[in-house]
Amino acid sequence: MALSVEIEKQLGDFRLEVQFQAEQETLALLGASGCGKSVTLKCIAGILTPDSGWIALDGVTLYDSAAKINLPPQKRRVGYLFQQYALFPNMTVRQNIAAAVRDRARRQADVAEKLRQFQLEAVADQRPGQLSGGQQQRCALARILASEPRAILLDEPFSALDSYLKYQLELELAETLDRFPGPVLWVSHDRGEVFRNCRRVCVLDRGRSQPVQTLEELFRAPGTEAAARLSGCKNYASAVPQAEAVLLPEWNVTLRCGRAVSPQVRRIGIRAHHVQPAGPGAENAFPCAVARVIDDVFSTIVLLRPEGAAPEAPLLRMELDKAAWRAVPDKSRLTVSVPPEAILLLES
Amino acid sequence: MDWYPLYNSLRIAAISTAAVFFLGILAAYYIARLPRLVKGVLDVVLTLPLVLPPTVVGWLLLVLLGPNRPIGAWVLDHFGLKLVMTWWSAIFATVVVAFPLMYRTARGAFESFDHTLAEAAQTLGRSNAWIFWRVRMPVCRQGILAGTVLAFARALGEYGATSMIAGYTPGRTATISTTVYQLWRTNNDAEALRWVLVNIAISAVFLLAVNLLETREKQGRKGVGR
Repeated sequence: MALSVEIEKQLGDFRLEVQFQAEQETLALLGASGCGKSVTLKCIAGILTPDSGWIALDGVTLYDSAAKINLPPQKRRVGYLFQQYALFPNMTVRQNIAAAVRDRARRQADVAEKLRQFQLEAVADQRPGQLSGGQQQRCALARILASEPRAILLDEPFSALDSYLKYQLELELAETLDRFPGPVLWVSHDRGEVFRNCRRVCVLDRGRSQPVQTLEELFRAPGTEAAARLSGCKNYASAVPQAEAVLLPEWNVTLRCGRAVSPQVRRIGIRAHHVQPAGPGAENAFPCAVARVIDDVFSTIVLLRPEGAAPEAPLLRMELDKAAWRAVPDKSRLTVSVPPEAILLLES
Repeated sequence: MDWYPLYNSLRIAAISTAAVFFLGILAAYYIARLPRLVKGVLDVVLTLPLVLPPTVVGWLLLVLLGPNRPIGAWVLDHFGLKLVMTWWSAIFATVVVAFPLMYRTARGAFESFDHTLAEAAQTLGRSNAWIFWRVRMPVCRQGILAGTVLAFARALGEYGATSMIAGYTPGRTATISTTVYQLWRTNNDAEALRWVLVNIAISAVFLLAVNLLETREKQGRKGVGR
């Protein structure tokens, strides 16, 4: 069971070049909005046609520009969970699920089984508009599984929900997907969602896919600034490689990295929570002026201007426990440090 | 009182509404997918009868369908049928003037249709015909119903083009609207008033029925709507 994708598509000025392979797993497609995530899913489902390339699922060629194969969506057996679920508003829950059962003889039995499995029996004769968000998602999942797909595509499933509902639906969805015996693609721009539900990730940056990597790799060594941004890193600076250190001209600071720095490195990233008030004898310590303090829900965000920084240089963002910030004696000027291994080396 | 004009008006309006229903929906469905330029041109051509004076439509129809004109002569030659000055000639006029109303309202409804519904149905293995009749039409039914009502009302009230292409022959091509004009012209106000009242009654009943349908629709779908 595997889904292989290697496609290109030109959309106006935008060029999509995506290549990855998903095994029997939940693979994340992570990218900023407008990077081509949805277009990729639609090409796989057959709703859009790529300009060239090939798509194969489970040994079946869904699309091959060279062999002129282009299966219609009806024959691809790819389940697609839309953002707003796309339930048919004119049909009841039962009819929505029945619409997906291909084999007429088994329709009634399959629908009854799905209604039971997804706890929809009580609302079987209601229309989608009368359902809660959770019931709508269960109905959409039941409908997709009733069509017996070989792969499932999730298009930013929770982007429009408040955080509590999102948390609940995410648990339910993960449970359903755990039992699904095929590849699942989970499209998202939310690193937390991806981290909780997937083990491997394919980062999409402005229409180009990067090699599939594990999420640990993505967070430890994102490699590019786009990937670092998606992994939630907030601080970036131009860097000049110097053997095992980097010189940051904007901040006029040299930071040791504890490992060889490739001459290809152009930028570095530092996660906000890796910047901390310097203890005695800390490595990579440098004095800063406090530019601004922002109280967040569970932490304090401090924007720092390294002493000796150029006037137009970006501020350094530090995120620390509220208690830790309270313990800082001088709140206008302090020395911070960054552990060498926490510096993300980025090539363009 | 001779009820022929009522019967004739109703059958002309009913037949042309049925024709316009399918033509308008098909045109709306297929034209929406055409490239922008072609769509723009077709849109203008198909909507034109809505803004043209009915006499201009009538003249154009006579030029096409008259017994000495290309289409009219050909049909007369091959089928021995005259296309003008019969009761059903009026159907040509009413179809042309009512078509834009159906086409435009159906197109508006189709344009606001959530296309992910159709995409979802496709990935679930459903044919495009199934999607059209089971999802697109039911979801757009309010717009389509509105278009049908407008088309029927327009067809029932058609006068200008009808009088040119079908004329006024009592008991043969007379409709309510041409009868009212004829009665007014011959100073028969009493008879004219009767037909005016008949016409008002039909229109009122029709609108009432539409309102009832809409209310029922709203009640049936209370709390529904995404």
